[in-house]
Amino acid sequence: MNQKQNFFKGIIKENPLFVTILGTCPSLAITTSLENAIGMGIAVFFVLVLSNLIISLITVNPKMKELVKPVRIPVYIVVIATLVTIVEMVLHAFLVDLYNSLGVFIPLIVVNCIILGRAEAFASDNKPLDSVVDGMGMAVGYTLALMSISFFRELLGRGLITIWGEKSVNPIQLNLVPIFEFIGIEPINMFLQPVGAFLTFGFILAVLAAIANKKSAKMASEVKQA
Amino acid sequence: MSISALISLAFTALIIENVILTQFLGICPFLGVSKKRSSAVGMGMAVVAVILLAGIITWTLYHYVLSPLKMEYMQTIVFILVIAALVQMVELIVKKISPALYKALGIYLPLITTNCAVLGVALLNIRKDFGFAEMLVYSLFIPLGFLLVITIFSMLREKIEMAPVPKAFKGTPIALVVAAILAMIFSRFGGLI
Repeated sequence: MNQKQNFFKGIIKENPLFVTILGTCPSLAITTSLENAIGMGIAVFFVLVLSNLIISLITVNPKMKELVKPVRIPVYIVVIATLVTIVEMVLHAFLVDLYNSLGVFIPLIVVNCIILGRAEAFASDNKPLDSVVDGMGMAVGYTLALMSISFFRELLGRGLITIWGEKSVNPIQLNLVPIFEFIGIEPINMFLQPVGAFLTFGFILAVLAAIANKKSAKMASEVKQA
Repeated sequence: MSISALISLAFTALIIENVILTQFLGICPFLGVSKKRSSAVGMGMAVVAVILLAGIITWTLYHYVLSPLKMEYMQTIVFILVIAALVQMVELIVKKISPALYKALGIYLPLITTNCAVLGVALLNIRKDFGFAEMLVYSLFIPLGFLLVITIFSMLREKIEMAPVPKAFKGTPIALVVAAILAMIFSRFGGLI
């Protein structure tokens, strides 16, 4: 497997959120706005890439690997918790708005199954460079998944999407309010509430399953013809 | 802290701020271990025991060790280590004292370390600036809310297994839609207080 495949498998084939369904808690809680989703994605990116790097550096030496094996889970957790604490402090110092809106879900990155899962399943058996690329792919895949959920939620719930509203002079904005007014309905506030989180996630998974079903049916018919 | 305030906190923790349906903590076991009612109840019981113990220990550690030493920034690292050790300890104790209970709960205990509800409640106890009594009530009723919802959800899921669902919705998607309807019901309880 070359580096490119290694990177892209995290985005599509093994997408942590949509395929393996890991890390669901933040994906439902903080996806009320696209801005939060991007912020969470960046935090996870930092933690996942560095934890993969450090853990693969620990286990790359066979003697060290043997030594760490019986206590590997606590070792991984301490590495991850340290990185998360760094992220938390940096966000608190420089991006207070994001820190407040992500709330308790920043320290909860520690128990995000994706990070421990990649440490156990990939980083502990692979070289540092491969592990870093794997972490990048997984984190980008996770971020894109979070963004797609929050895109629908914010668009349907608020009618417009704003990124960096307070920070920059001309924020990126996508406005659907005129369309809502044209049809004669208000933005569906329900999508910003917990109901919308479960519903959006469920429907995205169903659409992906439908696509996968179609693909496998097509493949089966092709096999039959051949 | 008066008794009536504690009762209202208990009610809030149990239903209005339900841990799964409004705070989104512990979604992984909620989706993963809810296919059968017996396993859902077992998981729920184990979560109640661990969250209550973890809440008491982490709160005490924070207020009597970390806070006097001005090491509040270490809370995430300390809490997760305490929880991981606690889960192991509970597992050993249960195994020794009651093998029958261990057989029922045993397989769920290791999974609890990565249940974000445990670390979540420990952190929320600190963030909400709770006193001891409030912390006790909160760390008891939040996991009871977990037990309540996961039990209801597993009963619904057992029925849905039989139902004719569109092929694309089979499995997790339909479970999420069911959870959405449950969340809609629970969000209406907010008007009670």
